[in-house]
Amino acid sequence: MSYHPHDVSRRASVARLLLGIGFVALMSAFFRAQVMRNSEFLAQAEQNRFREVPLAAPRGIIYDRNGRIIAENLPGYAVSLLSPSADSLRAAMRRLSSIIPITDDQVEAAVRRWRKNPTRPAVILPDAPFDVVAVLEERRVENPTLIIQSTPKRYYPDGPAVASFVGYTGEVTERELADSTRRDYKPGQQIGKGGLERQYEAQLRGTEGVRYVEVDARGRVVRDAGARAERAPIPARALRTNIDMDLQQYVVSLLGDSLRAGVVAIDPNDGAVLALHSAPTYDPNRFVGGIPAEYWRELNTDPRRPLYNKVIQGRYPPASTWKLATSAIAMEAGLVSLDDHMPQPCTGGYRYGRYFRCWNHTGHGDVNLRQAIEQSCDVYFYQVGLKLGLTRLVAGGIKLKMRERSGIDLPNETQPQYPPDAMNYFNERYGARGWVPGSVSLNLSIGQGENAQTLINMARFYTALATDGRAARPEIVTRNPERVRIMNLTDAQMVGLRLAMAGVVSSRGTANSARVEGITVAGKTGTAQNPPNPDHAWFMGFAPAERPRIVVGVFVEYGEHGYVAARIATKVMARYLKAATAPVVTTE
Amino acid sequence: MTRRIPDIPLLLIALALSAFGIAMVYSAGQTDTVSFVATLWRTQLVWFVIAIGAAFVASRASVRFLDWLTPFVYVLTLCMLVLTLVIGGGAGTAASSKSWLVIGGIRIGQPAELAKITVVLMLARVLANRREPPKSLLELWHPALVVGIPWILIMLQPDLGTGIVFIGIFFAMLFWSGVNWRLLLLIASPAISLVLAFSTRLWGAWFLLLLALVWIYRPYLVEGIAVVCINVVTGVVAPILWEKLAPYQQKRLLVFLDPSIDAQASGYHVIQSQVAIGSGGWLGKGFTQGTQKRLNFVPEQQTDFIFAVVGEELGFVGVTLALTLFLALFLRAVRISSRANDPYASLIAFGLLASWLVHVIENVGMTLNLMPITGIPLPFFSYGGSFMLASWLSVGVLMRISREGRGRGELASI
Repeated sequence: MSYHPHDVSRRASVARLLLGIGFVALMSAFFRAQVMRNSEFLAQAEQNRFREVPLAAPRGIIYDRNGRIIAENLPGYAVSLLSPSADSLRAAMRRLSSIIPITDDQVEAAVRRWRKNPTRPAVILPDAPFDVVAVLEERRVENPTLIIQSTPKRYYPDGPAVASFVGYTGEVTERELADSTRRDYKPGQQIGKGGLERQYEAQLRGTEGVRYVEVDARGRVVRDAGARAERAPIPARALRTNIDMDLQQYVVSLLGDSLRAGVVAIDPNDGAVLALHSAPTYDPNRFVGGIPAEYWRELNTDPRRPLYNKVIQGRYPPASTWKLATSAIAMEAGLVSLDDHMPQPCTGGYRYGRYFRCWNHTGHGDVNLRQAIEQSCDVYFYQVGLKLGLTRLVAGGIKLKMRERSGIDLPNETQPQYPPDAMNYFNERYGARGWVPGSVSLNLSIGQGENAQTLINMARFYTALATDGRAARPEIVTRNPERVRIMNLTDAQMVGLRLAMAGVVSSRGTANSARVEGITVAGKTGTAQNPPNPDHAWFMGFAPAERPRIVVGVFVEYGEHGYVAARIATKVMARYLKAATAPVVTTE
Repeated sequence: MTRRIPDIPLLLIALALSAFGIAMVYSAGQTDTVSFVATLWRTQLVWFVIAIGAAFVASRASVRFLDWLTPFVYVLTLCMLVLTLVIGGGAGTAASSKSWLVIGGIRIGQPAELAKITVVLMLARVLANRREPPKSLLELWHPALVVGIPWILIMLQPDLGTGIVFIGIFFAMLFWSGVNWRLLLLIASPAISLVLAFSTRLWGAWFLLLLALVWIYRPYLVEGIAVVCINVVTGVVAPILWEKLAPYQQKRLLVFLDPSIDAQASGYHVIQSQVAIGSGGWLGKGFTQGTQKRLNFVPEQQTDFIFAVVGEELGFVGVTLALTLFLALFLRAVRISSRANDPYASLIAFGLLASWLVHVIENVGMTLNLMPITGIPLPFFSYGGSFMLASWLSVGVLMRISREGRGRGELASI
């Protein structure tokens, strides 16, 4: 080799230069990674080792008007698994199934939750019983990807008694997640599924917290608590309702499990719903944390339809309870007064084209409006209907808001059925020559025909009868009471109507067997024809008749006679008024 | 003439690097899930003591003695490499390769580590014996053979990393012996052709450049034509060769270009290593406190990826310290080789420097995905007895060459 000192030192310089370039290049690469991109890599390192474990917020407690608890939270346990893939989740659950019971459905549900949000621990048992948790806790070392956490569990102390209005909670479904208004929900979270739980979801939900567990490269939990500051969940505010749990319990006990009925009690002065119950009922506690399949099947195949709310969803012909609507429309039109008689006395029926029967086949004789209400004379109201004519009858019903929902603060309220107008509706339905306006008027005037109302909407109408003609919007949770005038009758006319209704629950009236000692009850029975099945029984009323403080609506499917419903209603009223602290004013 | 004063700066740099390295091996064992790595630092410490002893012995051997010894050691090395192929075994991540000499189930050592030194010695002997540096390709057959035989034996193991080190040594020593850089480029051209063959346009551009080079460099016309022909051949066979590669080998190369294409498997190591280093910041997460390492996100943290632990726990400051120590070592080696008494010693010093340099560049570069992953250790840092021994043997030889070299009295001013 050429080993002249000059050559060597030249080559050494080249070597030093190359070393220097290499050093600077490496250093700048490290400077770029460690200093310039530090925050990016730091975030990745944190993401590597921390797994978020959601901390469910306790849902808001629901109270009745006296501070009694309707819905609360009990400590429960949720079991989750950390998994890098769906397959490893399946494998881990298969391993666990040797020590605790796990069904294939639970595995698939967990995989679905994992797919929705792979970085969150996949919930495998949303509501694990204590003995299962105890077994898992013992074997925790063998299953280092397991996360067991206490989580609030919804509980309804009165269970079936409150199901009709409180609803229930459950895990948010994929369909619910797809809804754009629920974008901030994550799989595995609880959501209100019905009743107040759903109506007031935003208020009851609270804010989810989060804690972090530290995991190693294989997803095993290395450190649990204190790995990183946790964010505590924010419990939701409590919800205060107008429900009177004492009265609600009483209603439930009156209906028992054998009747198929709906009952609603409202304070007519502000619309406060005191009690609301649909029988038969179900136990919402069994719905929390997943409805057991056989219970769900049982409820859905039950011919009495426990899941169908007979207060806000059921639509039935209002029958004779409607006669107060006919009366109010006619009186407002100035066609009849309480003392007026109709041209034809009741002989048990009325001929108009065909023969229209009165429920009393022997006839009521020559009655005025007051007596016609007391005894529910169909023939009298046929003639009022004819006098009004179909146009005014339909318009009057619409003005009484018989085509609108009551606006109660519950989801899934059904809209009542009532003709939108006098002519077109029937022309379209039966053809221009297929119907006679008079016949339709006759049917409508006694609450039959093209008219199906919900119990809650009829109750709203009766709050107007019980007060000054203004209907109160039913409210379970205290909002701003909203009362809308639907009737323009004089005070004297209102008092007269109430007196006539008081006559119904007297020795002269159709509900004489429902009288209670010490309270004047005003109301109207109804028996809705339901061929070929037994008739439905209605009673709508309020008490005390002089200054009503409670409106009660009762509907009994296949109840056959209105007084069946009336007997229930008057008992509810008596219970409420006797229990009430305000002195009961009785003038009669 | 022999100086009595040893090369204290070289010794201090090497000691500092070893101390730093053993501390990092200790830290590498500090994981949340305790594994066998936890106690390796003690083994490394024992190896360090043995290596210091070996270095001392090496430093006592005169260069003349090394010169005499070289052919025997070289032949012995070749025998051991052949033996390794016959009765060798794998270890760790390279369990399927045959890089360990195993006798009676006990792993004796990795002959490849010894080969790095003996090839340097033998190549130095061959190059130093010439009056003039090789001026043409034909004259290079002898040096090429010295490196080529052990290189083939090592590639058969297979150990791509050590193979790359040999090539680095070969080129560096040719450069130091005074071979013209244009000739070096011509030698390297087939390899460049091979890489660029994957893009027709790039290869075309390279080929034009090569033609221009051969035209300018007319004295070696015959070689020039031969090189062009070889380039054409490699350019053509490259795609065929690519098809012949095992899928995992193809993947490795593709992942080098973009680790995210296989983030969970082949790209995982390099991504996690980058995250570890990048998350270290200026000062790092603290000695033994690296989360990526503690939770086993950094793979092979005690061997191939130990520099990721340095980056994560000691930050940019620690990286700067480590790389500066290496730079100081290399500059010292350049100095020693430029002041050596004779060409043979000078070439040995530069060859040993080249060996370290390739290790450092490849290993450190790999942790930031600047280099493809080849499983090559970091001198003085990575856990491993043979390599520690080899590194300190090199230090011992350098000490001796430094002692025999010129520059008496200049020791005070480094």
